[in-house]
Amino acid sequence: MKKELTLFDNPRNVKRFLYMFYGCLVVLLCIDPFVHKHGEFAWEEAPQFFAAYGFVSCVLLIFVAKVLRRWVKRDEDYYTRDGDR
Amino acid sequence: MNPAVLIGGFPPALLLVGGALLVPVLKGRAKQGLLLALPVLAFLTIFFTEAGSTWIFTVLGHQLTLFKIDALSRVFGYIFCIVTFLGMLFAVDIGDDLQYCSALAYGGGALGVTFAGDVFSLYIFWEVMAVASTFLILARRTDASQAAALRYILVHVVGGLCLLAGILLYVGRTGTTGFDYVGLAGVDSWLIFIGIAVNAAIPPLHPWLSDAYPEATVPGAVFLSAFTTKSAVYLMARMFPGTELLIWLGAVMTAIPIFYAVLENDIRRVLAYSLINQVGFMMCGIGIGTALAINGTVSHAFCHILYKALLFMAAGSVLHVTGRIRCTDLGGLYKTMPLTCLFCIVGAASISAFPLFSGFVSKSMIISAAAHDKLVVVWLILQFASAGVFHHAGIKVPYFMFFGHDSGLRAQEPPRTMLLAMGIAAFICVFLGVYPYPLYAILPYPVDYLPYTGAHVVGQLQLLMFGALAFCLLILSGYYPAEMRAINLDTDWFYRVFSVRFYDVVDGGLNRLNRFCEAIFVQRFTAGLARWSEHGAARLLILAMLPVWKILKLSDDQQAQLSSRITMLIRNNAVPIGISVAGAALLLSVLYVLHGPRIT
Repeated sequence: MKKELTLFDNPRNVKRFLYMFYGCLVVLLCIDPFVHKHGEFAWEEAPQFFAAYGFVSCVLLIFVAKVLRRWVKRDEDYYTRDGDR
Repeated sequence: MNPAVLIGGFPPALLLVGGALLVPVLKGRAKQGLLLALPVLAFLTIFFTEAGSTWIFTVLGHQLTLFKIDALSRVFGYIFCIVTFLGMLFAVDIGDDLQYCSALAYGGGALGVTFAGDVFSLYIFWEVMAVASTFLILARRTDASQAAALRYILVHVVGGLCLLAGILLYVGRTGTTGFDYVGLAGVDSWLIFIGIAVNAAIPPLHPWLSDAYPEATVPGAVFLSAFTTKSAVYLMARMFPGTELLIWLGAVMTAIPIFYAVLENDIRRVLAYSLINQVGFMMCGIGIGTALAINGTVSHAFCHILYKALLFMAAGSVLHVTGRIRCTDLGGLYKTMPLTCLFCIVGAASISAFPLFSGFVSKSMIISAAAHDKLVVVWLILQFASAGVFHHAGIKVPYFMFFGHDSGLRAQEPPRTMLLAMGIAAFICVFLGVYPYPLYAILPYPVDYLPYTGAHVVGQLQLLMFGALAFCLLILSGYYPAEMRAINLDTDWFYRVFSVRFYDVVDGGLNRLNRFCEAIFVQRFTAGLARWSEHGAARLLILAMLPVWKILKLSDDQQAQLSSRITMLIRNNAVPIGISVAGAALLLSVLYVLHGPRIT
C-alpha cells in the first residue's frame, strides 16, 4: 500500500488552515484603503466594496439555490422509471 | 521549411479527418504516434500559413473555400490543435479506436468550421462535428449514454437544419456564399443565429450540454468541452459581434447555470453547468463588440478551453480509477491522488480567475469592457457570476472530490500519460496567468490592457475570498445545501417529459377519434353497404314473394328451397333480363303517375 497523506485527518491542521484563511481575509481588508482605485463606477471605489459584494453574492446564491431545489429536485430515476425515453 | 508545403497545403481539418481513417489500420506505438503527431502537424500548418491564405476545392463546378485564415480564426485554430493534442495524450492509454476516430474527426470538424471560407463548407464541417461528437457519448456503452446520445444528436440535427435553412436564405438574399459580419437583419440571419445559439448552449437551448457531456466517455468529455461551444463562440464573434441581444443572453447565461451547479450531485454535470456559465461571459463580450471585449472573448475562449479540459481530465481521472463521479460517493481522495488533486486545484483556480491563473487575465478584459460601456446591470451580474463560479467550480469540485467527508476510497493516481496531459494543461494555465503576453500577441486586435493593477488584483481577491468565506461559514453552520442523490429538472424536461406527455395526449385524443371513425365508417357502414348490395335485392324479392307462397300453401322446406334459389340467381346475375326490365318499367310508371303532370 502506498503511503497516504493524512494532512486534514488532524483537526488541528484543519483549524490551522482556517486560521490562515481568516488571516488572508484580514490582510485583504487592511490593504484595501492603500490601493489606488481606478474603477469606471463610483461604488467600485467605496471601501471594501468587492469583499461585501462577494460575500453577499455567495450567500444569495446559496439561498436562491435552496429555494430552487424545492422546485426542481426529483428522484434519480425520474426520467427512466417509465422506461427510457 | 513550411510544413504546409510539405503536406501539399492540405487544410488542417482534412488532416485530422483523414488521419482518423488511418487509426484502425495502425497498431501499438505507430497508432499512438499518429494520434499525437496529427494535432502537432495541424498546429504547425496553421502556424506557418500566412494570413489571407486560402485553399479552394472545386466540386461539380462549385467552389468550396475549405481554408481561409485571418487573425480571429488563427487563435481558435491554435487552441483547437492544442486541446486535441492534450486530449489525445490523455486518452492514449485508453485504447479505444472508436473514441480516437471520432475525436479526430470531431477536432477536424471544429478546425473546418473555424477556417471555413464559405457557408457550405461551414455547414459540412458543422455536421461532421455533430455526428463525430455523438460517438464520444455512445462510446461510453451504457444505457444512459445511448439514450443521452440520441437526445444529443436530435437536438443538434434540429440546430443544424436551422443553420442550413438560414444559410440557404442568406445565399438567396446576398447572392454570395462567402461570409463575414452578418448581424441580425432578416429571417435568414435569425435562423443562422438560432442554429449557432443551439451549439453555444444559450438558454433555454442549453440543456443538451448538461444532459449529454456527463454521460460521455472519460476522454470524450474533454474533447466535447472544447469544440462544440467554442466553435459556436468563434462563429458568433465572426458573424454577430456587437449584437446587443447577446449581451443580455450572455448575462443570463452566466447567472442561471450556477444555481444548478450548486445543487448538482454529478461532478461532471457541475462542470457542464460551469461551462455554460463561462461561455456566457464570452457571449456577453461578443455582444459588447468593442475591440477590448472581442479580445477578452477570444482570450477567454483560449484559456477556458485549457482549464475546462483540465477540470474534465481531473474529474475523468477520478471516474476512471474509482468508477464513481457523484459528490455523494466521493471525498478524501487527496490522500492517495495528490497530483490529480493538485492539477484539479490549478484548474479550479484558473476558472475562478484567481490572480496568477489564466482565467484572470482573460475574464477581467470582458468585465472591464462592460464597465467601459457603462453597462451597470450587466457588470453587476458578471461580478455576481464570477463569485458564483469560484463557489461551485472553484471550491465545490475539488472539495467534494478530494476533501469533504472521507468516502473510504483509496484509489491510486491515473496512468502516467493522463497525469502528463493534466500537468501540461496545468502548466499552461499558470504560465498564461503569470505571463499572458504571448496570448495577447495573437489576439485579433492590438492589446492595450493591463490585467495586473493593484485595484484589479485586490478587488478580485476580495470578491473570491469573501465568497469562499460564505462557503466556509455555510458549510460549518450546516446551511449549505447537502449533497443529495437526486437530479434537477432543467429545460430538457420539455422534450423529455412534456413532449412525451403531449404525444400521449395527442395519441389518446386524435387516435381514439380515428379508431372510432374507423369502427363506424369503415367497418360497420361499408360492410353493411357491401352486405346489402350482395343480398339486399334477393331479400326484398323473397319478402315480396312470401305472401304468394303463403297463398299457394307451400311447405317450409319448399319455401326455403325457393329462397336459396332466388339468392343464388341474383348473386350470379342469372335473373332473366325481362324481369329487370319489367321492374324498371314498373318503377318508371310509378314515377310517372306520381310526377308525370309536372314533367310536362
